[in-house]
Amino acid sequence: MSNINKLFNSEMSVINVGLESFASTLKEQGVTVVNVDWKPHIFGSNQVLAMCEEILLSPFYKKIIEANQTVVEKMMSAQPTIVSIGKAIDVVPGMRENLFLHAGPPIDWNRMSGPLKGGIIGGILYEKLAPDPEKAEQLASSGKISFEPCHHHNCVGPMAGIITPNMPVWVIKNDTHNNYAYATLNEGLGKVLRYGAYSEEVINRLNWMEETLAPILSKVLEEYGPIELKPIIAQALQMGDEGHNRNRAGTSLIIRTIAPHIIQIETENKDKVDVLNFINSNDHFFLNLTMAASKATMDAVMGIEYTSLVGIMARNGTDFGIKLSCMPEQWFVAPAEQVRGLLFPPYTAKDANPDIGDSVITETAGIGGFAMASAPAIVQFVGGTTDDAIKCSMDMYDITITENNTYKIPIFNFRGTPTGVDLLKVIDTGILPNINTGIAHKTPGIGMVGAGLVKPPLKCFEEALIAFYNKYKSCL
Amino acid sequence: MKNVEIQRNAYYDSVTLMLVTRDIKSIIGIESATICMGTEHNKQLLNTIGLLTEECKSCSPNDLIIALDGTSQAIDEAQKLIKSGFDKKKQLSKSEYKYNSLKKAIEYNDKANLVLISVAGEFAEHEAQIALKAGKHVMLFSDNMNIEQEIRLKNIAKERQLLMMGPDCGTAIINGRSFGFANKIHSGNVGIVGASGTGIQEVTTLIDKLGCGITQAIGTGGRDLTKEIGGITMEMGIDALAADPKTKVIVLISKPPHPDVAKKIISKAKEVDKPFVINFLGEMKEKSDNVEYASTFDQTAMKACHMVSEEGGMKSDFYGIPDILDTEFTPQQKYLRALYTGGTLCYEVMLLADGEISEMYSNIPIKSVFKLDDSYISKGNAFIDLGDDIFTRGKPHPIIEPEVRNNRIVQESKDPEVAVILMDFILGYGAHKDPVGSCLPYILEAKKNNPNLCFVASVTGTKQDPQDLDRQTELLIDNGVILASCNAQAAQLAISIVKEITR
Repeated sequence: MSNINKLFNSEMSVINVGLESFASTLKEQGVTVVNVDWKPHIFGSNQVLAMCEEILLSPFYKKIIEANQTVVEKMMSAQPTIVSIGKAIDVVPGMRENLFLHAGPPIDWNRMSGPLKGGIIGGILYEKLAPDPEKAEQLASSGKISFEPCHHHNCVGPMAGIITPNMPVWVIKNDTHNNYAYATLNEGLGKVLRYGAYSEEVINRLNWMEETLAPILSKVLEEYGPIELKPIIAQALQMGDEGHNRNRAGTSLIIRTIAPHIIQIETENKDKVDVLNFINSNDHFFLNLTMAASKATMDAVMGIEYTSLVGIMARNGTDFGIKLSCMPEQWFVAPAEQVRGLLFPPYTAKDANPDIGDSVITETAGIGGFAMASAPAIVQFVGGTTDDAIKCSMDMYDITITENNTYKIPIFNFRGTPTGVDLLKVIDTGILPNINTGIAHKTPGIGMVGAGLVKPPLKCFEEALIAFYNKYKSCL
Repeated sequence: MKNVEIQRNAYYDSVTLMLVTRDIKSIIGIESATICMGTEHNKQLLNTIGLLTEECKSCSPNDLIIALDGTSQAIDEAQKLIKSGFDKKKQLSKSEYKYNSLKKAIEYNDKANLVLISVAGEFAEHEAQIALKAGKHVMLFSDNMNIEQEIRLKNIAKERQLLMMGPDCGTAIINGRSFGFANKIHSGNVGIVGASGTGIQEVTTLIDKLGCGITQAIGTGGRDLTKEIGGITMEMGIDALAADPKTKVIVLISKPPHPDVAKKIISKAKEVDKPFVINFLGEMKEKSDNVEYASTFDQTAMKACHMVSEEGGMKSDFYGIPDILDTEFTPQQKYLRALYTGGTLCYEVMLLADGEISEMYSNIPIKSVFKLDDSYISKGNAFIDLGDDIFTRGKPHPIIEPEVRNNRIVQESKDPEVAVILMDFILGYGAHKDPVGSCLPYILEAKKNNPNLCFVASVTGTKQDPQDLDRQTELLIDNGVILASCNAQAAQLAISIVKEITR
């Protein structure tokens, strides 16, 4: 029977590409129809599309697929574990006096946005390198202090992401692959260093964290052993968290784990109470841990030949940068976008700073915005619906290498989160990763003004593709 | 003015509050708006903007503060909106997932057998290729594609023995389901392959009115029978209907094909062991072997029905001759203006008028008809296809949105030389929900401008169509429009009226 005659003898099932009215008419007649939300390709008729097509059609693509499989297996076998708390200068590789680490790709002082500058000024005051903000700013712009990305030192920092030599940091070990990652302890909400605030209140809090919080938590880890993060993150995802913009469940779980041990530490009661209150009042306490866990996971898969995996994504408030696993030294950088979201009154869009922070490492590792279907509460931040949260995750399956074996999304029947951003799929589909994030006020010292969704700039991926193509051209 | 309201023990989460605040701020007359819970942080905020009243100071985090600053009218409006914002229940999500690409949709829907494409022409070939290479049949509504693209697509389809209906295919009926602009037709034994949408609509609706039915109506796209394309889709359609046990009669419809292609198609038809009715909108030919010809759509339908059964085509409704009103014409009136939404139906009118009347003009002229200098201004006996590109650039087709024809009716009525206005009304899926009803006010206005105007019309549709055929025809008759039983009859009536006047 010819194919057309087969059609005459089958149940009609239609895919509609274009005008939706055609689909509704068919539905009225009882025909099974699905719609394609068709848009012209965002990479246009760029050479980039042609290069990508060439790679996808070449026999070499098999090698890429193999490498990608190896890479995601490594990612998913990671076992990020909190082992201790240490001072940055003691534990962070390459940390030294007069070196400040910051979020995102490398950047000079004069190009930095408000929150980043504010964070640095705060850091200088905290390190007692200057007596007041004015002199701190002079020092910052003098060149006497070096600024390097957290990422270059196995660290990650949310928002401004400032790490100074004396700051206490979580020490996370990836037990499976023996690499380490580091992140500061989250200061809390409102006027904090990571949003560029540097008032007395901020510095006092940082001092308290160094003198009281860190030692107590450090003792807990010493006496009661390391804490595995993967199980906690996995549970949090099933409790309405996504690990980037929503960390309430994770925070609740970690405080549950360590509270009994805190009580038992031999020290002033007041301090223990303050520590518990501090963690309890900060819904994002767990963020720095999801970030460090993600960093420990991703660092273990940097530098693998042939893979099209995107290993790092990060922003510094001015630029957005990505790195490919197969080219671990090179940043692909473009101006960071504005976040689309809801703003706390009385702030408006003109108050917002561009996208900032290393927290996008969570999306890079397969949680955050990629797990948004697990956190419908977040979607309201773009005035959206639960369906938008679902679509946000569903779209990401189109651009990732695999589905996670540990992080599951309940509403998708416990399907694993989309894991491993694949450069080639991003270019081919024209779909960019979805990132969930907070919005900082562009003026330092004011703080968080809202939250929403953002995407990386096209240009980062275009340039990465061109570099990838040139690197493997001879293999095609 | 400032207005601060407190709602005790009314907790709302921050996101709901932010959403409501955003809506309030967009009301004209509102200077500032802060809607928040009575936390210390928020009270400080209110203080900095001068809205922290005594009452506010005593609020707890469980109390809601609504602080507005604006005109009293705006504040009223805002308060109403706030109340409805909190009461509103979120709509139950009923939307289904939309795929980001055709590739993904195909991957997740392996039972899909047909892809319907209506994106802009420049992008359509890419999508159609994806569909065909994935083994799916295609209906390609998109136009503005060049002939090379059509050749490529139809060759891929031919290789894989898949239906490639289009480009520029607006009508198909497959397994009793209407695709694009098509009517609801009883099922029966007549199979149709057509290169014209409204041609298919006229023939299928007449077959239905005659008490018969169809198996399939396959659209080929308007250019299928040109020399370059060579009838690829029509040939595949013939093969499929020949092999289809339910199809007993096959009808082929097209505007005049390239002579070589016509020959090829007719030879192919003769190899099939089933009777054919061919209407290539050209010269009538003598019956030859299993092939009969028809020069009008009603003839096509009647012959096809008759081939199905001896009694077919004899349903009496169809032959009703309408009452012709005794219209008195002024000495000036002498012209016919045919204002059409269906291009092929307009073509049929011109075919019938050819040789019968003179001074003929059109925006889509054929034979002895002249091209209009300005499609927007009629001359002499004018035949206007209002679905032609020149009228539809950036606007919906008149079958969907009849505005352009409605206005043209009034325009023609202001010309004292116009005697008869001839129209088509097309029903079915995709068409306007009330073609006659929406036209009526314009017909009535036209009659006011010239009470001696004569209106003749036909309605292409069936009783099963969504628009209620009986009501559509009633409306016409009740308002003094002469209703013919089909387009050809309407054309013949209009032409004979004009001939009579100008004798």
